[in-house]
Amino acid sequence: MSAPGPTVTATELLAVMGARQLADRQTVFTGVGAPMLATALAQRTHAPRLTMVVEGGVVGPQWKPGWLPISTNEMRAAYHAQMLPGITDIFLMAQRGFFDVGFIGGAQIDRHGNLNTSAIGGYERPKVRLPGSGGANDIISLCREVIILTVHEPRRFVEKVDFVTSPGYLSGGDARRQSGLIFGGVSRLVTTLGIFGFEPGTRRMRLDAVHTGVTVDEVRAQTPFDIAITERVITTPPPSEEELRVLRGLDPDRQFLG
Amino acid sequence: MTITSREFDFQAARRKLEAKSKSGGDKLTSLAQAVARVNDGDQIALGGCLFSRTPLALVRALLRRRPRGLAFSRNLMCYEGEWGLVAGAVDKLVTSWLGIGLPWGVSRILREYVESGRVTFEEWSHLGLGLRFRAAAAGLPFLPSLTMLGSDLMGVGGSKTITCPYTGQTLHAVPALFPDVALLHVHRADRRGNCQIDGYPHMDVDIALAAATVLVTAEEIVPEEEIRRQPDRTVIPGFAVDALVHVPYGSYPHECYGRYDADPDHFTEYVDGIREHGAAGVARYLDRYVYGPETHEQYLDLLGSPKLTAARDRARALTT
Repeated sequence: MSAPGPTVTATELLAVMGARQLADRQTVFTGVGAPMLATALAQRTHAPRLTMVVEGGVVGPQWKPGWLPISTNEMRAAYHAQMLPGITDIFLMAQRGFFDVGFIGGAQIDRHGNLNTSAIGGYERPKVRLPGSGGANDIISLCREVIILTVHEPRRFVEKVDFVTSPGYLSGGDARRQSGLIFGGVSRLVTTLGIFGFEPGTRRMRLDAVHTGVTVDEVRAQTPFDIAITERVITTPPPSEEELRVLRGLDPDRQFLG
Repeated sequence: MTITSREFDFQAARRKLEAKSKSGGDKLTSLAQAVARVNDGDQIALGGCLFSRTPLALVRALLRRRPRGLAFSRNLMCYEGEWGLVAGAVDKLVTSWLGIGLPWGVSRILREYVESGRVTFEEWSHLGLGLRFRAAAAGLPFLPSLTMLGSDLMGVGGSKTITCPYTGQTLHAVPALFPDVALLHVHRADRRGNCQIDGYPHMDVDIALAAATVLVTAEEIVPEEEIRRQPDRTVIPGFAVDALVHVPYGSYPHECYGRYDADPDHFTEYVDGIREHGAAGVARYLDRYVYGPETHEQYLDLLGSPKLTAARDRARALTT
């Protein structure tokens, strides 16, 4: 590591930090965008026995470099798959408990890890109508644990989301379980600034780690609500040359990496 | 609450199915005759998912009849939902997501119509809508699930919970959706309507079994013997199908697994039209690609054979 490599984009940073959250031999239900890059990267580095699962109804694909999928239900997403069981059945496997990690991106997120991808400013006649849940609600409700990846922009972080499309811990405490969601929960939030957990008990967002070159004060300044800070915030090692080489090899035309 | 009782009235749906001819005979017809079975006000379920195996030839033929008051339901809705709105044919969309994909951004048409209150947009989770079709396919008024519990999606359609009679747990009673009409595109069928699908099954089988009337287009019509040689590959029985039309490239410019890839340039052309002209951009598109061509062949000529060949070659590379 003599000369500094080319600048790392936000998507590359998220993909690398996301990949590091995954372990070998896990089953990972992955969403489009940064989560899919992270999962494919983990598969090609430290987690060769990881099984990727995709919303279109895909088990165990091995994506072709340069042919990454735009949607979760097109031919590229099914490349070299082991099984194509259909959409309803893949989600029912999640409900059965087969998937260790659900891996999704975020739009608007609040202090209890609830996501809004439906509407900003009222639901019936919103200021901005967003595309909707897709499978995000199912993934966050049914996988054993969920990791959220998102760019850290103040506008994405709100005290309370306008609409709970995908439930994290709802109003905190035991609320998620009380609603009937007796399994799973959001374990981590990986952003371009650091890594967050959710405090036991209150289920409030808590900063656990910052990326190299980021300060705790900077995270506070970029997050419009009070976050808990863990006692000893660690600093994540920057993306290695090897991680970046493999990641960039997956997307040589930089269609997704930015 | 936007679900209506006729969507989950399993007894009425059963009576309707019992009264209907479930002929094992010939189903082959034309696109125009197939879509003549659609009535204004119908709830139409579309097969495929997003830009995969969308029954676009059927959608175009349907819109050419200038229908009114339809509801479109589909797991992930692509621009066919926008067409329905701008054509004035659709006033309710039932889906978990609407757009084309990340590179094309948030749908400006969805924003315009929802933000001005001109459409009922009934949002479900992806599995939630899948279970609506599955409950109907099983002839039941609902299926229990954990999904959507606790979220604000529960209030959109008007979902209810039940207490499990065995464990006491709270479960989401996902209401059935019995569509009036299913529009499906498959890889191959025999004349009697026995259908086989390659690759992604999406939700087509549940939709076919759930709907009162089932209209199918197929890339290929094969001899009955070919179906009988591999009956394990048949996913929709002929007796469930009301009309069948032979339409090669029937979902193009959307993909058909193993046959042809989607055409992202076409999507970009479509979205550029909206960026420039708003909803009028969609209207222009409809004039050119939906109302303009009188036959499917004329439509394919408009797109040009080099594109079709390239899409076919990409599909081969992606599935071999």
